[in-house]
Amino acid sequence: MSILVNKDTKVIVQGFTGKEGSFHAEQCIAYGTKVVGGVTPNKGGTVHLGQPVFNTVSEAVKVTGATVSMIFVPPAFVGDAVMEAAEAGIELAVIITEGAPVKDMQAAKAYATKKNMLTIGPNCPGIITAEECKIGIMPGSIFKKGNVGLISKSGTLTYEGANQVCNAGFGITTAVGIGGDPIIGLSYKQLLPLFEADPQTKAIVLIGEIGGDLEIQAAAFIKENITKPVVAFIAGQTAPAGKRMGHAGAIISGSAGTAAEKMAALTAAGVHVVISPADIGKKVAEVLGKK
Amino acid sequence: MNVHEYQAKQIFAKYGVPVPRGFIANTVDEAVANAEKLGGKIWVVKAQIHAGGRGLGGGVKLAKSIDEVRVLAQEILGMTLVTHQTGPEGKLVQKVYIEEGADIADELYLGIVLDRAKEMPVIMASTEGGMAIEDVAHNTPEKIIKVAIDPTIGFQGFHGRSLAFALGFSKEEQGKFIKFAAALYKVYMENDAEMIEINPLVKTGSGEFLALDGKMGFDDSALGRHPDIEAMRDITEEDADEREAGEFGLSYISLDGEIGCMVNGAGLAMGTMDTINYMGGTPANFLDVGGKANAETVAKGFEIILKNKNVKAIFVNIFGGIVRCDRIANGILEATKLVDVKVPVIVRLDGTNAPEAIEILNNANMANVIAASDLGDGAKKAVAAAKGVIR
Repeated sequence: MSILVNKDTKVIVQGFTGKEGSFHAEQCIAYGTKVVGGVTPNKGGTVHLGQPVFNTVSEAVKVTGATVSMIFVPPAFVGDAVMEAAEAGIELAVIITEGAPVKDMQAAKAYATKKNMLTIGPNCPGIITAEECKIGIMPGSIFKKGNVGLISKSGTLTYEGANQVCNAGFGITTAVGIGGDPIIGLSYKQLLPLFEADPQTKAIVLIGEIGGDLEIQAAAFIKENITKPVVAFIAGQTAPAGKRMGHAGAIISGSAGTAAEKMAALTAAGVHVVISPADIGKKVAEVLGKK
Repeated sequence: MNVHEYQAKQIFAKYGVPVPRGFIANTVDEAVANAEKLGGKIWVVKAQIHAGGRGLGGGVKLAKSIDEVRVLAQEILGMTLVTHQTGPEGKLVQKVYIEEGADIADELYLGIVLDRAKEMPVIMASTEGGMAIEDVAHNTPEKIIKVAIDPTIGFQGFHGRSLAFALGFSKEEQGKFIKFAAALYKVYMENDAEMIEINPLVKTGSGEFLALDGKMGFDDSALGRHPDIEAMRDITEEDADEREAGEFGLSYISLDGEIGCMVNGAGLAMGTMDTINYMGGTPANFLDVGGKANAETVAKGFEIILKNKNVKAIFVNIFGGIVRCDRIANGILEATKLVDVKVPVIVRLDGTNAPEAIEILNNANMANVIAASDLGDGAKKAVAAAKGVIR
């Protein structure tokens, strides 16, 4: 078992024939992901990486039956691409592109919600169900099958965490990089119950960062709803307070978003918080019992 | 990206948000000429730096004669202004804004910022203008009124009315305020602003609303479609090393410690700093080489790290996803040819093409390169190397 994606998930790629899209789609196919086609306007009817290319997402969905789209289009076109996917009936859009304008994501996210499409990202490594389906840019080889779910804001810390879990003799069910942009799709609070409900997942690793209050919300949610052990690390304990012009952002969230604040909230919720990311694997082994 | 007050007010004026008349000056003579051009009997001489709290720091002063404008401009231009937002080192004032005096009856606060939880912009207003808004939020949070605007419907009359009633305005004032707030929302949306803050927003003796101050920050990801705003960038307000790093796709922030860090990804970079700290060392910088690191950018990274004379060891910590470790290894070799690296360099490479990378480094047989097996091992060795225990 796993969450959201598995070996049967049919995936299309928006921005399929571009440099980044091509390179990573090829890696995903090599990992075993069912990439059934792609979309690049004006290249419809051609074949790329052995799969059909379509002009529109709607056409691609109709022909291939894809439910998930992996988005690699350039930043200025991300909003448009997400809305096109939502309109076409895609169920989950995984947005890899970095640098999408916030205003565009505001509109795209609102429209996706209206159309009941889930989103992951933008500016994230994607989602991977170990040894079944990789939709993103993570190095697939480090994700061994196992019973630990992983949710991370940071891309490279996703790899670091998964690698340690696997080196400690355990493995991953599904790992999700949620991204750290101001507006993101699925967050801890929506993913935690999926891992709680997944019988294969026995423990959850939560990796956060300074800024915003998603981890604080996660802590409150864990306290009330999650029975499985959670191991957490918050990056940025030693980061200096940023020089900012205004303080409006902190006033809105009602919290300064410091690492200390988040670590305290998670600890109070019964989460096993590690001070260094080098201890993630060790802590997972501790809560699951040494192998 | 942030802009100066005078630039924010130029943008406001374009959208019909009322601002006092004023002119920018780079020299004392220009300041005096500007005051003469404005006429009147009272002028405000305002230091232009990218930070709040300028008034309390002595960077905003009232002049009652042209002579006084000259004296104050002389005083403020070239001063290092320290405010609660500049840090103790302060900021050099290179421009002053000369503005006509305003007849202030009341001071308010008005701001627009993204509410991440609601995923929409929120307008914040308060009757407690002219003071640090963070203090108001802390001491009397009920005095800050927040109205979220769903961008799919935009600013509607009811948004304006709910603000105006909460602020206790009369019927005549309501209309003027709602018009002001609607125009400001338009400024925010059409320019991809990240935040706008007007503190104080004043009500004049004749019942008009006027933006006496103006701060604006913009979404860097959207600057490509706003060349007019990009042109307002003042590079002297930015840290020179951070900017130089940015030109090479590196993200760099200087810190006080002894261990230079070169890492891929912001999260792992912060995690590496945290681990160094945990092991008893101190990080000298944050450096994210990004997803497109190659030999040239790695060499540049070494150069920037080594500009900091406190650096006693460098920890290169790469978990290759998009970044290929062999490229980083070649970058390290290249860097040692271009830059004289005298301090020990601890290298941890994992992920994509890591075995090839380790072979490249082993074959090069460099005297001051120390291999590390994982993050914890690397941090421990870096701390020991910085203390001179291993080399």
